[in-house]
Amino acid sequence: MTTTPQAAPNGAAGGKRLPKRRPRKTPLSTAIIPWLFLAPALVIFTWFKFYPMVSGFSMSFYNVQFYADSEWVGLDNFYKAFDDPDLRLAVFHTTIYVIVATLGASVTALCLALFLEGPARHLRIIRTAIFLPAITSVAIIAEIWRILFNSADYGIINATLGFLGVAPQGFLSDPDQALWVLILMSIWKSAPYDMVIFVAGLVGINRELYDAASVDGASPWRKFWHVTIPGIIPSISVVVMLSFIRGFRIFAEVYATTGGGPAGSTATIMTHVYKVGFEELNYGYASAVSLLLLLFTVALTLVHMKIKSRFTV
Amino acid sequence: MTSSFSSRVAKIILYAVIVVTFVGPFWATLVTAFSGVSLKPGQLTLIPQSPTLENFRIAIFQMKVWQYLLNSTIVVIFGTILQVSVSALAAYALARKKFRGAAVVSLFILCTLMLPEEVIAIPLYLVMQKEIPILGMSIYNTYLAMILPVVGWAFSIFMLTEFMRAVPMELEEAARIDGANEWQVFVNVILPLVRPALGTVTIFGFIMIWDQYLLPLIAVNDKDLMTLPVALGSLRVDDTITPNILTAATLVAMAPSVIVYLALQRQFNRGIMAGAVKG
Repeated sequence: MTTTPQAAPNGAAGGKRLPKRRPRKTPLSTAIIPWLFLAPALVIFTWFKFYPMVSGFSMSFYNVQFYADSEWVGLDNFYKAFDDPDLRLAVFHTTIYVIVATLGASVTALCLALFLEGPARHLRIIRTAIFLPAITSVAIIAEIWRILFNSADYGIINATLGFLGVAPQGFLSDPDQALWVLILMSIWKSAPYDMVIFVAGLVGINRELYDAASVDGASPWRKFWHVTIPGIIPSISVVVMLSFIRGFRIFAEVYATTGGGPAGSTATIMTHVYKVGFEELNYGYASAVSLLLLLFTVALTLVHMKIKSRFTV
Repeated sequence: MTSSFSSRVAKIILYAVIVVTFVGPFWATLVTAFSGVSLKPGQLTLIPQSPTLENFRIAIFQMKVWQYLLNSTIVVIFGTILQVSVSALAAYALARKKFRGAAVVSLFILCTLMLPEEVIAIPLYLVMQKEIPILGMSIYNTYLAMILPVVGWAFSIFMLTEFMRAVPMELEEAARIDGANEWQVFVNVILPLVRPALGTVTIFGFIMIWDQYLLPLIAVNDKDLMTLPVALGSLRVDDTITPNILTAATLVAMAPSVIVYLALQRQFNRGIMAGAVKG
């Protein structure tokens, strides 16, 4: 009998006598095997996630120079962050964006879910069709919206408004409107996705609760308020929290559509970081702002986990 | 009778409004891309007339959309394959092995779930410019700069770990008694049993990589290496591009996600079916 080459190392140790159980491997190889399987992931994670994170952290305390030694500036970059009027404006825009877009998308999604829930075929088709914005990448949606909301009077939205007797609007080229167009775009893209989560939540509600409520003579509104809403509270919390956490680092949606303009009216935290870092090459300051954003995001994530654990237990 | 009729009409009108709102823009894009009517910048047409493929020809060949599509395809294919392989290997160790340090490694990977890619953009950009010891060159301005950073994805590692944990130990032990070594257990026993989960992480990975924007934006500055989502923005700057051509390029960029979405539905159904058959 020949052993296969693969089996040889195992067989060699306990091959001669009959072991009571299967042959034991040497402790060393047992200890090493998991690390061999983990090695590629650990290398990638270390090099592309942890090393940048640590170096970003350390850069925030330096005035980074390219052709000379970087200069240690202590907390200066952070002081600057709290003093920077552009950043303050960016934080303000981002906050408005996150709050309005999150509320808008959740309410729209809930209405869609209530209206389009059900196993009927035409409802399934509509649900699939309106999922299109959710699967289209941000850069493409940005292009489509730039054309839709063109400021000329023949732009399709302006033409529609003109039909209703409204004068042509500037939209993305108007500093007073651009942020709101971006918010509308965000609602349009995320509502269908959130709807799917809500539909799954609605399906999970015990039908008997509705029957019981009907027997007790509850109005549709009371049924909605006392049966539907409590039933999908977990879905609502997931949707709202994730939208909050993702919203604060909004970048591509803005960069691809307005680039932060016109006149800085749509600058968000991340487009500001991009400008300071990649255009003004002030890496130290940009890293400091990134770090503050990271701390804020981590705090939000921890809150989210806390809320989630309350619902799942 | 009349009230039910009017409520049905109201419902149908509402359905129409919803569909027009969410699908209408894509309809306008589709019609404009296939239309030979000449349009001013920022104008779209809603009524199909004088159909032509000319816009696609110009977009794909003259505007070099084929090049960007090729770049995107290379990045997404290699990125997804590497991402799923690396995740599956790591998940195998985390799910099926007891070893010292397992908890630390899990925590290490979990941390990156909380780490938004955006906040490490600048240091990542600097890391990409560093010379890699074995290659003797930096990966900046190569496909690798767009591929390697997305290979490590905590989501797919945890998803696969969960599924691999559910595989009964008896199956693995039976294979070992038959003389299977570690690698054979991994490839022949565990991987086939978690195939539905592999399908899911493949699709999510594909979409995640295809939608990358900031990473390809900072990873290359050579226009010939740009991925399609990044290149779309640079096409628009060109004044000679009519809306017809721009929408044609947009449609080409959209096609893969739509195709994958349709494949995703089937995959999900298959996953559900597989679960149902096994009971």
